[in-house]
Amino acid sequence: MMEFTPERELDAYREMLKIRRFEEKAGQLYGMGFIGGFCHLYIGQEAVVVGMQMAIDEGDQTITTYRDHGHMLAAGMDPKGVMAELAGRRGGYSKGKGGSMHMFSLEKNFYGGHGIVGASAPLGSGLAFANKYRGNDRVCLTYFGDGAANQGQVYESFNMAKLWDLPVIYVIENNKYGMGTSIERSSATTDFSQRGASFDIPGEQVDGMDVRAVKDAGDRAVKRAREGGGPFILEMLTYRYRGHSMSDPAKYRTREEVQKMREHSDPIEQVKKRIVADGIASDDELKAIDKEMKAIAAGAAEFAQADAEPDAAELYTDILR
Amino acid sequence: MATEILMPALSPTMEEGKLTRWLVKEGDEIAAGDIIAEIETDKATMEIEAIEDGLLAKVLVSEGAEGVKVNTPIAIVLEEGEELDSKAGSVPVAAPTVPEPIVAPVEAPVKAAIMAPAIVAANKGSKISSDTSMVEITVREALRDAMVEEMRRDEDVFVMGEEVAEYQGAYKVTQGLLAEFGEKRVIDTPITEHGFAGIAVGAAFAGLKPVVEFMTWNFAMQAIDHIINSAAKTLYMSGGQMSSSIVFRGPNGAASRVGAQHSQDYSSWYAQVPGLKVVAPYTAADAKGLLKAAIRDPNPIIFLEHEMVYGQSFEIPDVDDLIVPIGKAAIVREGSDVTLVSFSRGMQLANEAAVTLAEQGISAEVIDLRTLRPLDMDTVLASVRKTNRIVTVEEAWPVASIGSEICSRVVSEAFDYLDAPPTKVNCKDVPMPYAANLEKLALPSVDDVVSAVKSVCYSDKA
Repeated sequence: MMEFTPERELDAYREMLKIRRFEEKAGQLYGMGFIGGFCHLYIGQEAVVVGMQMAIDEGDQTITTYRDHGHMLAAGMDPKGVMAELAGRRGGYSKGKGGSMHMFSLEKNFYGGHGIVGASAPLGSGLAFANKYRGNDRVCLTYFGDGAANQGQVYESFNMAKLWDLPVIYVIENNKYGMGTSIERSSATTDFSQRGASFDIPGEQVDGMDVRAVKDAGDRAVKRAREGGGPFILEMLTYRYRGHSMSDPAKYRTREEVQKMREHSDPIEQVKKRIVADGIASDDELKAIDKEMKAIAAGAAEFAQADAEPDAAELYTDILR
Repeated sequence: MATEILMPALSPTMEEGKLTRWLVKEGDEIAAGDIIAEIETDKATMEIEAIEDGLLAKVLVSEGAEGVKVNTPIAIVLEEGEELDSKAGSVPVAAPTVPEPIVAPVEAPVKAAIMAPAIVAANKGSKISSDTSMVEITVREALRDAMVEEMRRDEDVFVMGEEVAEYQGAYKVTQGLLAEFGEKRVIDTPITEHGFAGIAVGAAFAGLKPVVEFMTWNFAMQAIDHIINSAAKTLYMSGGQMSSSIVFRGPNGAASRVGAQHSQDYSSWYAQVPGLKVVAPYTAADAKGLLKAAIRDPNPIIFLEHEMVYGQSFEIPDVDDLIVPIGKAAIVREGSDVTLVSFSRGMQLANEAAVTLAEQGISAEVIDLRTLRPLDMDTVLASVRKTNRIVTVEEAWPVASIGSEICSRVVSEAFDYLDAPPTKVNCKDVPMPYAANLEKLALPSVDDVVSAVKSVCYSDKA
């Protein structure tokens, strides 16, 4: 595996920590009743989006389903706008009308944020279709989870993506549970990287807790798709520490299982250990980065809390163009 | 015994066809399975096989004959040793050399072409002047021409769906598109509506303008999640950032004898959804002008066609760029006693009922809604304020139908003008049966419309 340069290690640390601190803050605000509805936290899975973001170029697209806060922050969207949207405020990315699961930024080529399990598979394939139609060399990162990977529309998409050689990378985030059902209890086969076999779409399993492994696999898949090699599947073996959503009592797994992942596989701790061992930064410098990321999350929360709810007139806007 | 070979029906809706070519001649011995002739409809060219062995004694319909009705005897086959008797030989079937006027299938025909000029003249917001010359084309051709013209105009427009390219369209609506635009822009999909509808919406998110053909709207139930959750709601959910300029089109409603799963009218399903526009034209001019408008529209459009109308001819204005604005109904016949409101193939019933009613001294005003969302209630309400009575006509189920919505709005907004309860004529509240008699009973008829009108006019004593 390609080792990261010191700059990249720090960049990865910073970006993953930004997501973690943001999500912790979102969890707090949810507990205070400031965020409503569903709120699916990304804590534990940060290396996936940060590593994949490092593998794409400006102009490449990203689309995912509803555990999407990490993807948005990795894509460079403003934490203030994301948090305000979580809170249903007018300064949110969707003016408060989308919520946690439905956010978009054309500026950052982030195409949502879709609340329907598996919907991102054909939509992302369609974004890739547009790239091919226009003859540009853009690729689309199409994320979905292990739960979605059992959906029919995913295989319909695989078929057409291969048939038409679309520049799409399916990133299956396998965090072991579709809501409360483990992959063993929901999936006849659990090696999701091979789910494209019937369509001759190659795939590989990637240690999704190691940001270097993610970027390495991402680089290869992106290069392949960009050069006309067609679709590719990256199964990211990852883990979410929190429940499916905020209202999940997590009775389907043991506390020990979660604790073991935190202690031995945490994506941020892995980078941190290397940074310290290689003398890339001191403890104090890392603490300063952490403080900075906490400040970003706090700033986003303050912005959201100070922001007004949407004007009542917004009820009837943005229905048709 | 002498056997007659009959003109076969090649599809559920075929009424007539052209006998393109005989591959055998009188006096030939034929064996079961031999290809003996070719016939052609506006949808397809097919071969006729001999059903049994024998001698082709007489050709009754000559090569090149057009407008040969289904079940017309086209030849006589004799068994070995048999002779042609005088009765069989004199079967009086002359090959019609002039095509019959195009007629509406199944129900007794309204001469559609006669209705068309009035419709165009009544188009609110259309810029067609009264001295524009007219040409006659089928609805099928009108739809194709609309796509061709818009594809020539805008490179971002492409067509995808099952059998749209090489097969030339399951109902031949996309005929010729592949030859002109190539496989990059005319795309055959696998039979996976959920997937390709989602891919089309994704492409539209990226700024392309897909025209998605559903072979019929029945199959779009597999795709309805992307139509509603992904296409209709995204502009709102993104706070106005992202939308999809996309047209979903195909035949809607009952075809003929295809049973419950292939005979459903989805008009009110889609008309209920904010974020969609829903269009359901009847005439060729509206089909063309509204489809062109739909392709240019920046929103997701549900474009409901009707298989039974594809082959009907109408006169349409011979202009370069026929656009019919979405959201405008047309008064196709002025009247004073009752307002008949319909759309799509229901217009055939409404038009015909109006003629019958006129003969009985009842003057019906006929409105073609053309667009179901947004509904042009201004036109409907203005008419009801004049006639004081309304009957809605549609092929959809009666519960929560377009007619239900219109009647409710009329009661709310023109209550004081009403002289009779608003009344609906719909399909019966049953899955579409297969048996011919039951299907006929299930579908609304001209008689249903006439008696509903008489009822609201309190003139149904007979």
